[in-house]
Amino acid sequence: MRHLTTALAATYAGLLYLFIFLPVIVLVLFSFQDGTLPVPPLNGLTLRWYEAIFADGKLMAALGNSLIVAILSSAVACILGFLAAYAFARYTLPASGLLRGLIVAPMTVSTLIIGLGLLSVLNLTGMRLSLLTVGIGHVVINLPLCFAIIYASMGGHQVNIERAARDLGAKDWQVTLLVTAPMLAPSILAAFFLSVTFSWDEFIVAFLLSRFDVTLPVEIWSMLRSGLDPRTNAIGSVVFLVSVAFLIIMELAVFRKTGKSS
Amino acid sequence: MTADVSIRNATKVFGAFRALDDVSLDIAAGEFIVLLGPSGCGKTTLLSILGGFIEPTSGTIAIGGRDMTHVSPAKRPTTTMFQDYALFPHMCLRDNVGFGLRMRGMGKAERYEKAFSYLDLVGLKASSAKKPHELSGGQRQRVALARALAVDPDVLLLDEPLGALDLKLRRQMQDELKAIQKRVGTTFVHVTHDQEEAMAIADRIVVMNKGRIEDVGTPASIYMRPRSLFSAGFMGEVNLLPAKVRGTAANETEVETALGRVALPASAFVSGMPATGHDVTLCIRPEHFRSANTATPTISLGRGRITDSAFFGTHHRCHVAADGLALTAHLPQTEAPEVGAELDLRLKADSIVVLQAGAGVGP
Repeated sequence: MRHLTTALAATYAGLLYLFIFLPVIVLVLFSFQDGTLPVPPLNGLTLRWYEAIFADGKLMAALGNSLIVAILSSAVACILGFLAAYAFARYTLPASGLLRGLIVAPMTVSTLIIGLGLLSVLNLTGMRLSLLTVGIGHVVINLPLCFAIIYASMGGHQVNIERAARDLGAKDWQVTLLVTAPMLAPSILAAFFLSVTFSWDEFIVAFLLSRFDVTLPVEIWSMLRSGLDPRTNAIGSVVFLVSVAFLIIMELAVFRKTGKSS
Repeated sequence: MTADVSIRNATKVFGAFRALDDVSLDIAAGEFIVLLGPSGCGKTTLLSILGGFIEPTSGTIAIGGRDMTHVSPAKRPTTTMFQDYALFPHMCLRDNVGFGLRMRGMGKAERYEKAFSYLDLVGLKASSAKKPHELSGGQRQRVALARALAVDPDVLLLDEPLGALDLKLRRQMQDELKAIQKRVGTTFVHVTHDQEEAMAIADRIVVMNKGRIEDVGTPASIYMRPRSLFSAGFMGEVNLLPAKVRGTAANETEVETALGRVALPASAFVSGMPATGHDVTLCIRPEHFRSANTATPTISLGRGRITDSAFFGTHHRCHVAADGLALTAHLPQTEAPEVGAELDLRLKADSIVVLQAGAGVGP
C-alpha cells in the first residue's frame, strides 16, 4: 500500500514537471531539426539554424537592444525601488501603508493595460517611440517588484548599524552609499536580476512602445508571422538559455552573499 | 582623550510618558559610570541623550564644558557601543574599526595602522581580515569596543553591551572592559540592569527608577548605605522592617518595630533625622545576621525560627519566622543551620540603615 502511494505520488510529480517543461524541451529539441519544419518526426540533428540566426543582422541587433533595455531599465528600477524602500523603512511617512500599496499596485495590473496607458501618455507628450520608451515601460513594470523585494529585506536591526555609522561621523549620503546599500546588496542584486529576466522576454509593452528599433521578443514575433521555421526554435532556445543564465547568476550572487552575512 | 559630562535638569517626554524626569548628574573626566535600573527606568533614554540620538524635551548636556544639547551624534566627542554591536556586516574587522577614521579623512596607511593597534588592544589583531559573522559573540563585542575607541572619543557610551553574552563570558568581559578603560582613560558611561555587573566595573553607580535618579555613589556606599528603598532593594536582597520613631536621645534614636524597640545610632539615618512619631523603614541585609558572637556593640531583634534553608556556596540562605514576620538571613558557609532551630537575630548597630518614606536623591 505504502509503495503504491509513493509510486502514485512520484508519477504525479513526474507528470507535473513534464507538463511544465515539455514545451521548452520540444522547442529546444526541434531547434536542431534537420529539415525546414520544426514538427515531428525528427529527421536528424544539425546546427545550421543556429548558424542562420547568428548571421541574421536584424535578429542580432534586436538581441543587443534587448540586453541594453533589460540592464538599464532594471538598474533604474532598482535605484528607484531602493530609494522608495529606504524612505518607507526609515521614516514615518503620512499614510505610509496606503502609499506602499500604491507603489506595488501596478504588479496586479496587466501589462497590456500599462502598455496602452503609457502609449496614450506618450502620444499626449509627443514623445517618439523608441528603445527609450520601451525602457520606461519596463521600469514601470519592474519598479513595484524591485521595491517589494528590497523593502522586505530592510529590518530594524539595520537601523542601529546605520546609527553607528552616523555616530562615527558618516554623513547621510555616506551612510547610504557605504553602509546601507552594501548591506542590502543580496536583495538589491536579486531584484536586479529578476527584473532583467522579466524585461528580457517581455513582449506586450515592448511591442506597443517601440517602432524601428525593437527588442528580441518583438523581432521573434515578426518572424513567426511568416510561418513556423526551426530558426524561431533556435532563437527561442537562445532566449531561454540567457534567462536561465541570469537566474543562475542571481542565485549565486544572492545565496553566496546571504550565506555569508547570516 | 577624556572629558567631564554635566547633565542639568534633563527631561524627556514621549507623549504622556515621562521617560526622564528632571535628571541632573555630574560625571568626572575618566570616570567609569554605570547607569543601573530596571527596564523602562530611563537609563537608555539618558544614554541616547548623551549620544545625541534623542534631544531632551528640556534641560542641557555639556561635555568638556561645551554645550552639546542640540549637537548631532557625528559632531559630538562621544561614540556609542550598541547592545547588538551594530558592526558593518559587509566589512572586514580592519575596515570596521577604521570606519570612523575614514570618515574623518585619515589616509589609508595611517588608518590601517591605527585600526590594527586598536584590534591589538582587544586581542583580535590576527583576525583583522575576517568578517563579523565569522566571530563569536564575545569577539564581536571586542570589535565594537575597538571601533568605538578608534576615533579617540572623550566619552564612550555603552548600551548594555554585555547583555547578549553568557554569564561566564560576561564576567570575563567585565574585567576586560575595566582594564581597557583604565588604560585609555576615556570617560565610560555604561548602561545595565545587572547589579552585579554594575558593582564589578563601576567607579560610581547611578541607580535609576521611573525616569529619576534614586541614588548615586560608589558600589560599596550604594550597597551598604542606600539612600532610597528602591536602591536598597535593587542592589541585592534586603529585609525591610517597618518602624515608628519613638524618641531621640543624645546619640541614639529609639524606634519601635514588630520585633520590639531598638535604639539606633544617628549615623543609621541616612535620609535625615525623622521627627518622633514618623514612620520609617529599617533596611537589613541578610548577611548581617551573623553577629551573635562578636564583641562589638550589637542590637537584638529577639529570636526567630528557621523555616527553610538552602546552601548557596558562599553562604546558607535561610528563611526565618519571627513574630509573624518572614525574614531572610545569610549564615556563614561553615555553619549548618537546621530547619526548626532557633536563631538569635542580633546584628551590629551600624549595619542597619533607616529610610524615611519617599526617600531618595532629590532632583
